[in-house]
Amino acid sequence: MSKKITFILIFVFFTISFVQASPVQRFPKPEFEYGHQQPPTIAPDARSQFMEYLDVFVLLVSLSLISWFILKKRSRWGALGMSVFSIVYFGFIKEGCVCSVGSVQNIALALFNPGYKIPITVIAFFVIPLLFTLFFGRTFCAGICPLGAIQDIIAFRPLKLKSWLQTVLGIIPYLYLGFALLYAATATDFIICRYDPFIGIYRFDAKFSMFVLGATFLLVGVFVARPYCRFFCPYGVLLNLVSRISWKHMTITPTTCIQCKLCENSCPFGAINEPTLDKKKEDRQIAVRRFIILSFILPLLILAGGWVGSQFHENLASVHPRVQLAEELMTFNESSELEPSLELTTYKSLGKSEEDLYVEAASIIREFHVGAWILGGFIGLVFGLSLAGLSINKHRIDYEPDRGSCLSCARCMDYCPMPEEEKPHRLLFAGFRKPVRFK
Amino acid sequence: MLFLTAVLISPVRIAEKSTIVYCLKLLCTNTSNKLKTLKMTDSSKKNKLNRRDFLNKGLRYTVGLGIGAIGVAAWTKLSSQEMVWQLDPSKCRQCGRCATSCVKTPSAVKCFHVYALCGYCDLCGGYFRPETKNLTTAAENQLCPTNAIKRKFIEDPFFEYDIDQDLCIGCAKCVAGCGAFGNGSLQLQVHHKLCDNCNQCSIARDCPSEAYSRVPAKSAYLFQGIEEKDYQKQKG
Repeated sequence: MSKKITFILIFVFFTISFVQASPVQRFPKPEFEYGHQQPPTIAPDARSQFMEYLDVFVLLVSLSLISWFILKKRSRWGALGMSVFSIVYFGFIKEGCVCSVGSVQNIALALFNPGYKIPITVIAFFVIPLLFTLFFGRTFCAGICPLGAIQDIIAFRPLKLKSWLQTVLGIIPYLYLGFALLYAATATDFIICRYDPFIGIYRFDAKFSMFVLGATFLLVGVFVARPYCRFFCPYGVLLNLVSRISWKHMTITPTTCIQCKLCENSCPFGAINEPTLDKKKEDRQIAVRRFIILSFILPLLILAGGWVGSQFHENLASVHPRVQLAEELMTFNESSELEPSLELTTYKSLGKSEEDLYVEAASIIREFHVGAWILGGFIGLVFGLSLAGLSINKHRIDYEPDRGSCLSCARCMDYCPMPEEEKPHRLLFAGFRKPVRFK
Repeated sequence: MLFLTAVLISPVRIAEKSTIVYCLKLLCTNTSNKLKTLKMTDSSKKNKLNRRDFLNKGLRYTVGLGIGAIGVAAWTKLSSQEMVWQLDPSKCRQCGRCATSCVKTPSAVKCFHVYALCGYCDLCGGYFRPETKNLTTAAENQLCPTNAIKRKFIEDPFFEYDIDQDLCIGCAKCVAGCGAFGNGSLQLQVHHKLCDNCNQCSIARDCPSEAYSRVPAKSAYLFQGIEEKDYQKQKG
């Protein structure tokens, strides 16, 4: 009996080619004489959804806490404590996912791709930090974002960057956001998640290249405070814009600024705006003239950017796997020595027609043509607005945090010598008043 | 790009001195003067401050509404239930990328044994290398690179094969072997207790046969040859 079956098996071994993969009942179900029970196939369930709602709850609570610490208590230690909590919870326990930075792509994909269903936690992680920023400034960046928190606590020797360098590097996040949105909206790839430098560290399983990237950011981060947040983070772009018009924002001084210059070098991110040297306000006539010039330049830059972008739409589209496949199919010929890629052989083995692939690739390239116009226009707009920002003189008397780029980390507060305003009930404890500190 | 930026920024920096821009400015002076007489007749300092506050407030509400609108627009695309990634074994070509492309090491894709399909063969195409002569559990005979398949004698001539999913790396070698020579009872699936359920599954991106899709978590698994009621769900 046993030999017979072995013989049949060997026969089958040599006759059946190596292509058939779907299950075929080649061998009958065994009939066990001694009553052996077949074990069941076990399918472990996904982690329960309750944990995800818990994440949203923790996000809400921690954002409220850190906003309270920074705006009300004016406590750097509170912000630091929240950073450590965020590294532990959102970083190591949740392994850096779900994160607000990446949620931008899900939103873009959901808005442009009818087939995509978005989980509610992702919407919450996108909207809640934005709303908090609209109310209290970038307290999310201060210590809730796990990517920011890990960089924040290692900024030991921050160097002051030249302002021109900071402005130029500050354009990168806009470009990154533009590309990320283009690739997410066309369902090509989620590049923010793919090149997330710290997720490999949080998961303890980074591929070598990812580890090098993360380690580089951390090493640079010792000397250039928060390099990813300031010069790469695409979500930071949105928070930056929203924070400029926030309802409340942290202030360096608890009462009034006396221009003592003590806080001048306290910001590791170069986000403190110094008082302008000229005491007089700018002549209105010059301002209006500049406004008119800029309003001519801006549309021109947008158009030029859009046109330049559209010239590169095929290059941009060539990242899409279907377009890559179509390109390979077009250039592939049987006689060449090059091995066809796994994608191509698989596609051929599935027996789909070449025409379908070309049609699909063409429609993707058309999508990219529109997308490249928008992306180019957006880049033009960013350049134009950066120009405008450089050329506009703002009249300022006090030392103030730059509302856009200030990460609300509360470092500068300790440098301000002004005592906090006493509240009536505290007068009872007047003897324990905080001493005036001069650092 | 830095160069481009520098080129773009420099004209404005030297704008005050540059003659070309000066000419442009002269051209604009007339218009600006007219505008000035039209608009800026009486605006006291107090009013200006209020206007800025008003603009800020208006912008704030607009942006707030905008964020709300995006949220609501995304809400309409809300999945009514939790979604997870699923591998369709009928599309799978056993290329081996599940083992290498996953963000987790070892991969969250594991081999599952559908016992109901298994022929309990002595010469198992999923267990033994094709050229094996002695059907023993010696390492050189095994197809699995990590010794994750356990061979157990049941009764003549049947053997049972169990998968140690802690050792399995999802390389699909056994799946290919079983599919080619046997009943196809070894199948790859995403192990949902291990899967991080990424935004964009990095295996799905690399899968040549597009076997991955997002499905409701209720029917997370898809085995070939058996129905949903035939396998046992284990609480996570």
